[in-house]
Amino acid sequence: MTRTDPTPTIAPSETQQAMLELRHLNKTFSPSVVPVKDLSLSVKRGEFLTLLGPSGCGKSTVLRMIAGLEQPTKGQVLIQGEDVTHKPPGDRNISMVFQSYALYPHMTVADNIASALKLRKIPEEEVRQRLREVSHFLGLEALMERKPSKLSGGQRQRVAVARALVRRPSVFLLDEPLSNLDALLRENVRAELKQLFESQQAPVVYVTHDQTEAMTLSTKVAVLNDGNLQQLDAPHQIYAEPANQFVAGFVGSPQMNFLTLPCEAGAARLGDRSFPLPPPLSHARQVILGIRPEHVRRAQPGDTYTFEGKIFLVENLGMHYLVSVHIQATQQTTYTLRLLLPSDATWEGDSLQIALPPETIHWFDAETGSAVRQ
Amino acid sequence: MTTQPLDRTPSPSKPSISWKQWALPLSVGLIVVFCLAPALWQLLTSFKTNEAIAAIPTVYFPSEFTLEHYQELFERRPFFNYMLNSFVVATLSTVLALGLGSPAAYALARLRLQGESILVGAILVVTLFPPILLFLGLLNVVQALNLGNNYLSLILPYAAINLPLTILVMRSFFQQLPRDLEDSAKVDGYSTVGLLLNIVLPLTLPALATTGILAFITAWNEFIFALTFITAEPMKTIPVAASQLGGASIFEVPFGPIAAATVLGTLPLVLLVLFFQRQIIRGLTSGAVKG
Ligand SMILES: Nc1ncnc2c1ncn2[C@@H]1O[C@H](COP(=O)(O)OP(=O)(O)OP(=O)(O)O)[C@@H](O)[C@H]1O
Ligand SMILES: [Mg+2]
Repeated sequence: MTRTDPTPTIAPSETQQAMLELRHLNKTFSPSVVPVKDLSLSVKRGEFLTLLGPSGCGKSTVLRMIAGLEQPTKGQVLIQGEDVTHKPPGDRNISMVFQSYALYPHMTVADNIASALKLRKIPEEEVRQRLREVSHFLGLEALMERKPSKLSGGQRQRVAVARALVRRPSVFLLDEPLSNLDALLRENVRAELKQLFESQQAPVVYVTHDQTEAMTLSTKVAVLNDGNLQQLDAPHQIYAEPANQFVAGFVGSPQMNFLTLPCEAGAARLGDRSFPLPPPLSHARQVILGIRPEHVRRAQPGDTYTFEGKIFLVENLGMHYLVSVHIQATQQTTYTLRLLLPSDATWEGDSLQIALPPETIHWFDAETGSAVRQ
Repeated sequence: MTTQPLDRTPSPSKPSISWKQWALPLSVGLIVVFCLAPALWQLLTSFKTNEAIAAIPTVYFPSEFTLEHYQELFERRPFFNYMLNSFVVATLSTVLALGLGSPAAYALARLRLQGESILVGAILVVTLFPPILLFLGLLNVVQALNLGNNYLSLILPYAAINLPLTILVMRSFFQQLPRDLEDSAKVDGYSTVGLLLNIVLPLTLPALATTGILAFITAWNEFIFALTFITAEPMKTIPVAASQLGGASIFEVPFGPIAAATVLGTLPLVLLVLFFQRQIIRGLTSGAVKG
């Protein structure tokens, strides 16, 4: 496939300008429904920002406010430095891919893709040229005269993406564009999307509740919950240094283990071992220890923090076993911990010596949930 | 008790299979005959000669067909005129009902109005009144406005009677039209009017055709208002004209012309439904979203 680059080349000085900026955005539907409380962020040229969060956390609302389909209650939306908060969607030079694709059922694929261009009075010759480019780029040539009802789910998705690309917008907005595809197709299309948008200059704001999509596609991830921005970072940082317990639990699969431990004298106790705590937590009475299942190991000679786990559940994930164990800390308290073992691992009976490598442990304030680093 | 090997050869009568083979066609045939018999009888009578109509025993398969009853309608009476009257009244009232009802339905479906459910409930209640209840009141209105013998005296009430149903049907249609489509059109840059004309209207045609035909049929068949509000002979509609067909004496019932008038009155409706059949059946929204 040859790649034609639909966006004009940009002078290097412009690359640092924020293409999209949100300032203190708030959306209040009713006093009890406030899906976006106070959101500020900016997206630069070439960036791929993913809004990640659980269902109902306001991701789509943010996207619709950027698109102009929803008016913010408070705050501003800036595109290329221009305040567009009160502009209608058609005047914002954005394009959007909807979760349902929203193709016009009574128009052919070609008309679907070209309708926005024709509305903008772009010369017919250029419209045809752009149509040719984008259909070649996405392999849609054979489908151009069909109606959307005669397309498969994957083909419809491509048409929706083509309709966005052909516009050459300032910002691409995508709302869960993969969620209607089956698992296998989703993986292929995800890889395609990544290549496709890497070749574009315009930034992308991508909404998903699927952390794999967020991790693989993005240059930046914004984790949202409860109307608030939880963390805004590169994907590997979101994974390696989650800002709080919510992010740590939401990103990573299988989910991070959380153990609420009692503290005394600046150390947290788990059974007969005590973990030294980072200084800000030295006066806490309780603390939350977080460790990812892939970081829990079987004990080797020389490990300090080793525990005996009683296996009560083994799940075969194919590449790994997901093993759930109980750790008897004291007479009254047992903790549950899950760990990943390679699929060739063997063990005898139902007991396992496990080690918690201290460098992989995350500490969270038990009251606020925010992460505390060494 | 003797045990016998299971007999796997089919029994000669095979009762269960043959029962299914004839039961469905038979019941379909019976229902069709039951529904269509009166209409077919009228059709047959309209083509029979007067002797065959009067003959006892009844002639089911006449040996001779004639167009004399139709000729009588068109040559001795202004029947074409009656049809035109009906057509004008029914068409204009349908257009009025759709033109007023669809925007109202769209507003009810898309805007978050206060007291929306009360409004919809009120519209529903209106449909519950039989038009005959409104008749005396309407008569006063027609007299006061001096609308007697004016097509408006029929067009307006017919449109009003059809309006609530139009609003309710169109509203539920708009509600199931995916909202994303309209949002997508807004992002593409359609103005509100452009969006309604280029995106919503084409998708709404099946629903418009269906409700329009219902409204048209109601208006076409209406009798009481047409009988009372229009007394000028050249302005009468088909149902009234057909009911007033008389013979040479009061003892002679003109069965043939009445049957012919009935056929002529029904034919446009049949043609209309056949013409819009594809619109009605075609699910235009399929393919809009993942299906
Ligand atoms: N027009 C509206 N009126 C009232 N409440 C709304 C409206 N639109 C959205 N909401 C509410 O706002 C909240 C956030 O909705 P939103 O669609 O942004 O969630 P989301 O993060 O996109 O979820 P999902 O992953 O399920 O798509 C929800 O509680 C929803 O009920
Ligand atoms: Mg959403």
